Amino acid sequence: MTDMVHLVGGGALIGAGAALLALANGRIAGISGAFGSLLDGDAGPRRWRLGFLLGLVLPALYLLLGDIDVAMAGGAGWLLAAGLLVGIGTRIGSGCTSGHGVCGMANLSRRSIVATLLFMGTAMATVYVVRHVLAG
Amino acid sequence: MRIPAFLTALVAGLLFGTGLIVSGMTDPQNVLAFLDIAGNWNPALAVVMATAIAVTAPALWLLKKRGQTLAGERCDIANRNPVDLPLVAGAIVFGIGWGMSGICPGPGLIIAVGGVPGGLLFVAAMAAGMRLSGIVLRRLGSTAAP
Repeated sequence: MTDMVHLVGGGALIGAGAALLALANGRIAGISGAFGSLLDGDAGPRRWRLGFLLGLVLPALYLLLGDIDVAMAGGAGWLLAAGLLVGIGTRIGSGCTSGHGVCGMANLSRRSIVATLLFMGTAMATVYVVRHVLAG
Repeated sequence: MRIPAFLTALVAGLLFGTGLIVSGMTDPQNVLAFLDIAGNWNPALAVVMATAIAVTAPALWLLKKRGQTLAGERCDIANRNPVDLPLVAGAIVFGIGWGMSGICPGPGLIIAVGGVPGGLLFVAAMAAGMRLSGIVLRRLGSTAAP
């Protein structure tokens, strides 16, 4: 599933979701923010966060039923450490790939452009160290 | 007639989640292949992200211009905070975790619900990290908001 039609089609669907949430709900489609607030017991006005996240994970049915590749990059300890860092970082940094990377960039927000360049650069450096330095 | 906000948010989530799966961004290997600039680099993520941004941008522009939603509710999505230390530090910490795993919050939630071994572990740790730093941030009196 990596040909151009899937990439552009998938990207357009992501954008359509973010556009709908903006125009209909007046909200930024930030997944870490929505999930973090929901964890704190704040589903937002008319529980929009619950609706958005429920919709987001429903397509996981495709993973259960279909033939879709999902290959994890490490063992349990590695994934726990990575998950912890993603949780802490997105909370402190006020967003992730969706809120900063897609919506914030689309909004030409200075904060989001800086955040996206930083987390993308750091992630590239991390992959470099893991794959080309540590793995020798 | 006004469509319930819960329902529009649900459909928005459905579109977003389907897009992540269709584009292959729920497979950590595709994400890592984009981040691995010194290896067999795969620009797929950049194509997905650029397309998503191109579709989102006019909607956000329209929302800002109108100052209200389609249903006529006033809203303001601008974050006028400056680039500060929490933003910079948080983005770097997130980048390390993303680079280690190839998983960011959206795909993480989807593969956890999809029953992928390791996905639930990742999301449990992510949830703990969010709660933990939320408590610390409140103690420090920070106004960091999503």
